[in-house]
Amino acid sequence: MNLTLKIWRQKNAGTKGKFEKYKLTDISTESSFLEMLDVLNEKLINENQEPIAFDHDCREGICGTCGLYINGRPHGPEKGTTTCQLHMRKFKDGDVITIEPWRAKAFPIVRDLIVDRSAFDLILQAGGYTSVNTGNAPDANSIPIPKLDSDRAFESAACIGCGACVATCKNASAMLFVSAKVSHLALLPQGRIEAAERVQKMVAKMDELGFGNCTNTYACEMECPKNISVSNIARMNREFIKAKIFAEVPTAVETGD
Amino acid sequence: MYSSITKKVIMSLMGLFLITFLLVHLSLNLTLIISSSKDTFNLAAHFMGTNPVVKVLEVVLFGGFIIHIFWGIVLFFQNWAARPHSYAVWNHSQETFFSKYMIHTGALILAFLAIHLLDFWYKSRFSGGMPITQIDGIKYDDMGQLVLDKFKSPAYCSLYVIFLIFMGFHLDHAFQSALQSLGINHSKYTPFFKKFSRFLAVVITIGYISIPIVIYFIL
Ligand code: FES
Repeated sequence: MNLTLKIWRQKNAGTKGKFEKYKLTDISTESSFLEMLDVLNEKLINENQEPIAFDHDCREGICGTCGLYINGRPHGPEKGTTTCQLHMRKFKDGDVITIEPWRAKAFPIVRDLIVDRSAFDLILQAGGYTSVNTGNAPDANSIPIPKLDSDRAFESAACIGCGACVATCKNASAMLFVSAKVSHLALLPQGRIEAAERVQKMVAKMDELGFGNCTNTYACEMECPKNISVSNIARMNREFIKAKIFAEVPTAVETGD
Repeated sequence: MYSSITKKVIMSLMGLFLITFLLVHLSLNLTLIISSSKDTFNLAAHFMGTNPVVKVLEVVLFGGFIIHIFWGIVLFFQNWAARPHSYAVWNHSQETFFSKYMIHTGALILAFLAIHLLDFWYKSRFSGGMPITQIDGIKYDDMGQLVLDKFKSPAYCSLYVIFLIFMGFHLDHAFQSALQSLGINHSKYTPFFKKFSRFLAVVITIGYISIPIVIYFIL
């Protein structure tokens, strides 16, 4: 198939970027979106031009590194699919495809289509630790957990932190990501120990980093490559409200001040 | 500064409070077109204008409006600032429709509120010149007549109908979104709440719109 690509090119965070047009011919419908970009980069290198910088790692849809804004949608038109798992058969011969990086204040552009998502890492860091016993590995199923809870926790833990939720949210809010991370621990007894502290710290960090506020447009849930549900956001709101109202605050003696 | 979730909780609590107000206001207004005389409506209007408890609630209500509007605007600007560079191609198809326009429909409702308060609330309380009616030998302000006169103008009627439709759009997102912000999302009840949210929006909107329409065409 033949394609016209409009790709965002930007040298670094400090410079102004612009769209460049590229024409590609004879692309196999069986190739993945990233393979199609590989072909283009190969061509650019042969022509002594700067190849297009884009993020990718596993190319199996499990690491969350890839992420392109394709024709107005994160990870392209296919539901529940990462960019690396998107195939060219989802496009038509002669299509014009616009490719942009994630756009959010909290995700500054590094180069071309690569953005810096370390804001997500900072939120995870702010969440802190979980208390577990050290020593021998515990017996499996030594702590009974309702099946539904463990299923829900597992579904929340499927978040790969790609940032598509932030990218698609009209408010550039990170609520789906943060709520998935809060949920997968809050749902399990092992995660309950620090739950109140964790949710408050992660939300505070998220706000500090300049993500927008959730207005329940639910676009994130529709675009998430891992189909993370917005019920996680409600759960996080619940956890947060509960923590703000009921969590004890340490006395001066307890904090050591 | 409040956290993003706290702001949303404030928005939703105030929003739910304003929805209850809309229901009370609507039921009082409907007496004007349902009952055969304006007396019920005028007595209700008199009660709402003079009862000390209602007067306190009125201040609370204005507070509710101001808080809801203030935080709505703050959220809008923060959210706008969270994406300094917007996309060249942006396919909004995955968002729920009315959630995209809450600030716009909200601004229209605010404009409507200003017109509405000026024409009825301000006039009856402060500017004087109200028509007078007698019920059981006692004189009352004829609020009902004021309403009837206003809605005999086709332009004024259409203005109300249009603004009220936009209020309906705002409400369609409002109720279920408020619950979500408050953390109320449940596999059993949320599908019902979403339908109920739309039902509420439709009922409130049709209820309010019926008043100018009935006055114009029937009364
Ligand atoms: S490259 Fe790992 S998820 Fe796409």
